Amino acid sequence: MAVFRRQRSPQLFSSRPAGALRTLLMICMSIMLMVYDHQTGRLKQIHAALATVVWPVQAIVDAPHSLLTWAGDKLATHRSLVAENTQLRSQVLQQDAALQQFAALQQENQRLRDLMQAAAQISGRVSEATILSAALDPYRHLVVIDKGSHDGVYEGQTVLDAFGIVGQVTRADPLASEVTLVSDPGQAIQVEVNRTGLRTLAVGNAELTQLTLPYITNSADLKEGDLIVTSGLGGHYPPGYPVGYITHFERDPAEPFAHVTARTAADLNRGREVLLFWPSQPLPQVELPPKPAPVVKTKKKK
Amino acid sequence: MRELSAPRGIWVIAASYVLALVLTTWPLPQWAESFRPAWVPLVTVYWCLWLPERVGVIVAFLAGLLVDTLSGTLLGEHALALVLVAWAALWMHLQVRVFPWWQQCVVVAGILALNAFVLFWVDGMLGYTLGAGTRLVPVLVSAAIWPWVLQVMSRAHQRYHVG
Repeated sequence: MAVFRRQRSPQLFSSRPAGALRTLLMICMSIMLMVYDHQTGRLKQIHAALATVVWPVQAIVDAPHSLLTWAGDKLATHRSLVAENTQLRSQVLQQDAALQQFAALQQENQRLRDLMQAAAQISGRVSEATILSAALDPYRHLVVIDKGSHDGVYEGQTVLDAFGIVGQVTRADPLASEVTLVSDPGQAIQVEVNRTGLRTLAVGNAELTQLTLPYITNSADLKEGDLIVTSGLGGHYPPGYPVGYITHFERDPAEPFAHVTARTAADLNRGREVLLFWPSQPLPQVELPPKPAPVVKTKKKK
Repeated sequence: MRELSAPRGIWVIAASYVLALVLTTWPLPQWAESFRPAWVPLVTVYWCLWLPERVGVIVAFLAGLLVDTLSGTLLGEHALALVLVAWAALWMHLQVRVFPWWQQCVVVAGILALNAFVLFWVDGMLGYTLGAGTRLVPVLVSAAIWPWVLQVMSRAHQRYHVG
């Protein structure tokens, strides 16, 4: 039937089924959504609803991996379990020994800080989350974790792993959340060099496990292998957590700043377990000088 | 508007999109990532060419929102790209249907280049200029696998009398 009707259509480039008006409407809606999402980040309900719709897809994609992990756990032999147990036990002992020193150091640090009247270090509680093995936009460094706002995850939350800062939660949906890694090309993190206290910014680039430090002067005291930690300025990350290690420091007299790159401390390309961090007190916010005129009312957190 | 008979086999269309979404987010090793075909645009092109009464810009828009949610991009980015893909496919669907397979591949490459360009353009405005050189690789891969996509999709299309 439809074939006959279609033959009546006189022109080859039929614009009938598309409907110019409908196409235009959809284009306008997409652009409006994008602008609104980018400017205000206030489309949480729509996002949450859509995330619930696509959650089965994420579950399907993650199924083989979690199945393998589960099977691996089930089929582990007695001997390998015993070996693992022994190894873990010795690891716990070693870490306990290190912790004894840590408690003393923490006390001493607190006393010194009190003497200097500096703010106390931020501590907090952490909880485990697993990275789902879903591939996201290949041009960004994002991962999805299996904890969402139902588990208390919130936007802007710091995500760690056993070695350092992984990134921050950029979207908390009910069942899963999206984490932007520190190495994302759109991310910058406030850091300081642990050895010298030099404060600067580390920004992501194309490499998954690499950071660029674009604002290090040529005269800076820096060497390869230096640890960089979060400085806590800006109030997005708690201070004192490892971010990376300097891998390359090249002075360039022709340019105002040196070429500095760092390797991320966190195991960004292999790790599957991450830790969500809830600070025990609100992170200190830096007071910004008042703006001359309010341009935008609410600004999206970067 | 042309009057339509009761829809049949809508679930096949839905299943094709679910499969495309799964393939879009299926984890691949880092090196293979830039060769991943654009599955959702391919499926959209197929349905817009062969079933324009059912699948058009609105389905493309909704599918785009799902892709945006899955891949963590700005809400509306893939939606805009897919609406344009659907529009282009609908605009020339009567012509492309009678093309030999290699000409169809060329057309598909063109449509997917439009898709890639929109994504690149929006990303560029957001400051994500990564991978500017490799954005065309998925377009070529998608165009190259078009004959197989066409085969599989039209088998399903005929087998379940989707209409």
